[in-house]
Amino acid sequence: MIMRGIIMITEMLSLTFMQRAIAASLMVAILGGYFGAFVVQRGLSFLGNGLAHAAFGGVALGILLRQEPLYMAVPFTLIVSLLIVWLKDHTLLGSDTVIGILFALSMAMGSIFLSMTPGYAGDAFGYLFGSLLSVTKADLWVTAGVMVLALGTIPAWGRWASATFDRELAMAEGMPCQRDDYVLAAALAVTTVVSMKVLGITLVAAFLVIPSASARLVSRTFASMTLLGMVFAVVGSLLGLVVSYSVDWPSGPSIILVQTAMFAACMLVGRRG
Amino acid sequence: MSASAAIVALDVSVQFGDYRALRDIRFVLPAGGFLAVIGPNGAGKSTLIRALLGLVKLTSGRLQVLGRDPAQLEKNQVGYVPQIKTLDRQFPALPLELVVSGLRGTWPWRIRPAERAAAMAALKRVGMEELADRPVAKLSGGELQRVYLARAIVRHPALVVLDEPATGMDVVGEADMYRLLESYRAEHHAAVAMVTHDWEVARHHATHVLLLDRRQIHFGPPEEVLTDAHLRHAYSHMGHHHSMEVSPAHDHAGHHHDH
Repeated sequence: MIMRGIIMITEMLSLTFMQRAIAASLMVAILGGYFGAFVVQRGLSFLGNGLAHAAFGGVALGILLRQEPLYMAVPFTLIVSLLIVWLKDHTLLGSDTVIGILFALSMAMGSIFLSMTPGYAGDAFGYLFGSLLSVTKADLWVTAGVMVLALGTIPAWGRWASATFDRELAMAEGMPCQRDDYVLAAALAVTTVVSMKVLGITLVAAFLVIPSASARLVSRTFASMTLLGMVFAVVGSLLGLVVSYSVDWPSGPSIILVQTAMFAACMLVGRRG
Repeated sequence: MSASAAIVALDVSVQFGDYRALRDIRFVLPAGGFLAVIGPNGAGKSTLIRALLGLVKLTSGRLQVLGRDPAQLEKNQVGYVPQIKTLDRQFPALPLELVVSGLRGTWPWRIRPAERAAAMAALKRVGMEELADRPVAKLSGGELQRVYLARAIVRHPALVVLDEPATGMDVVGEADMYRLLESYRAEHHAAVAMVTHDWEVARHHATHVLLLDRRQIHFGPPEEVLTDAHLRHAYSHMGHHHSMEVSPAHDHAGHHHDH
């Protein structure tokens, strides 16, 4: 039994497409776990959902223009994310309303772009639920680029944490909260896009939420919640990939199932502790 | 202008677009004084606080806090105690971290030993050292307000600014807080500027009262300012101009009026 497991994992590691899927998952797990702490504490899961659907519009545009889909999806989703924050700041509408509108618009545009693409027979199912086979070399480069950009926001962690805890106080002490909202939304946008290949559009938002929510249940400080969220995201993604490979389930749902099991475990530990 | 005064306001006016939040405010709070700012909703109390913290540009006039332009103040010169209603109680935070965030300016990832010592000293001052590691979700309103006070005084500021600190507190907690504030003031010869709705608190604790209704109605010792005639004057204007001129658009521009 153990031998069979070792053989399977060795085999899995020797396959190029699996190596790519693992590398991509590791990077998006670190990103998702890090920004997920803010998503959970600021109640931004609907934003994550909206951005994932915006990414679909960008992917479809890429397919229509016969470009690498992620090259289109990154700027497209970035623009939608900034537009969401801008509309929220400059109208009387709440963010859920603004997200709801742009979410639908992006999906509508994406569907129209696909319908305009002659002879498109791509794997829509793969985009919806994630696919191990779909991670390309270009995806890895884009993801690595996003990782580098995300590293640039680490010095802002303390400021973002303060503003998450008490925004009025942070503003009263002169922190640039409105500017930071744009940066955080942009960071979430690019994280969402690069997570899409492995997780699928429908499950990206959950991927941003579940590891950090699990970490919240067993953390007393925001620093430990951030760190544990990243650990849970990485462990959950890797185990999810093993499940996906061994029973041939789509990668997104496999990862989410493992992460949810970890969440349940944290519920039990958290209740006792 | 005397550098020994805590606050000097010379014809201070603040305007947001067409909205005149404050006009021609003129007073001097001596060093070590306790100022209570009183007025109806929308009277410009929060705008004045933000001006003292250096966050609002004056349209005209001059404001000096501890002898300096408020925007030039060092972070350790002024301690600020906000209303406690805006925080996220579900945020994983410990009182110790909250106080260190006041010391450092941003939320701490790790707490250094020197920071811990300073924060514990401040928490001890407000009688919260035993609850330093209890999640803020489990603190009462009064306990939390004391933590915020510890956060404000951790750097021993010469001026403590408070925005309706008694919001959500019971009578005992409130009395405790004013006692702590008084003892800090006496020990450090610090000044206090506090927005309050409570005339009795102003009467008992303040050395000076500023009665505001966007204009200055009166400034002076409490017994002079807090007369029925002055209060009636300040509060009689509620209704017509506030409801007409305070539109949500102002809030969206990032300017906050009183609640």
